Amino acid sequence: MIEFLSQAWAWYISGPLIALVMFLLLWAGGSFGVSSTLRSVCAIGGAGKRVDFFDFDWKAQRWNLVFVAGAIIGGFIAANWLQNPEPLDLSPATVADLQAFNIPFDGGLAPEYLFSWESLMTVQGFLTLVVGGFLVGFGSRWAGGCTSGHAISGLSNLQLPSLIAVIGFFIGGLLMTFFIFPLIFS
Amino acid sequence: MKYIKFLGIGILFGIIMTKSEAVSWYRIQEMFRFQAFHMYGIIGSALVVGAIGVQLIKRYEIRSLQGAVIEFNDKKMSIARYLFGGIIFGLGWALSGSCPGPMYTLLGNGFTVFAIVILSAVVGTYTYGLFKDKLPH
Repeated sequence: MIEFLSQAWAWYISGPLIALVMFLLLWAGGSFGVSSTLRSVCAIGGAGKRVDFFDFDWKAQRWNLVFVAGAIIGGFIAANWLQNPEPLDLSPATVADLQAFNIPFDGGLAPEYLFSWESLMTVQGFLTLVVGGFLVGFGSRWAGGCTSGHAISGLSNLQLPSLIAVIGFFIGGLLMTFFIFPLIFS
Repeated sequence: MKYIKFLGIGILFGIIMTKSEAVSWYRIQEMFRFQAFHMYGIIGSALVVGAIGVQLIKRYEIRSLQGAVIEFNDKKMSIARYLFGGIIFGLGWALSGSCPGPMYTLLGNGFTVFAIVILSAVVGTYTYGLFKDKLPH
């Protein structure tokens, strides 16, 4: 059993399980949308006193903060007790593309050298971690949701606005990958 | 006690996101370069199962644990907000290789520097709140 769980899970197992998480949240009286927690964190920090957008009843959203606390614990469990002994099975074409930008494929989930505290002091690391995170936070709130809220919850409910948002996600993603990323990493 | 089930669902989510490798920066690179089916398979199969389930919940008026019929709110129609907000999000998603769910999960995975990524996302959210009224919606 542990051996089975330790492998990388195939897409046709993982995808339906993510849908299951959405159903469980609905059943428990919540909904699946992770980026809302970032707004709650602003409100907890007192942003509601200065900006109306953060003056809302975040306590009604406390369940979502508990959910993401669970996600942190789940990540810890998976990394420590269910870790995959094999390196990530990345497409050789991606390995070669990244190599051309001097980004080595180390077999883990993310390149250690880029996702480390030392990397924060480099231009590439700062852009990846700080600017990347900022854009995700700014964009998800402007769009009213992220991958969970729009791509999974919204599209599952056949919402046209979510389709527009997901198209936006891909326009932005492709612009970054093929035009801006090469400028940062060349 | 009413929060314990959300903790459990969150733990399940963190394990699924790690084991599926959907939290992987490399997998996001691979997706945007169209070099593997993996991420499209995950999102696509989640969607198919999700859409069928949502239809069933609506048709049979499935109730939540609290006993109320589960309701779905329609999102307000607009183009600017979803398109422009989505593009900004996509730029960040492809660069950092993570959206909010994976950010939390990766922190638990031992990539402690994701505390900074999450903090940056919080600052991004706050900045949106500051300029909200000046942006097209």
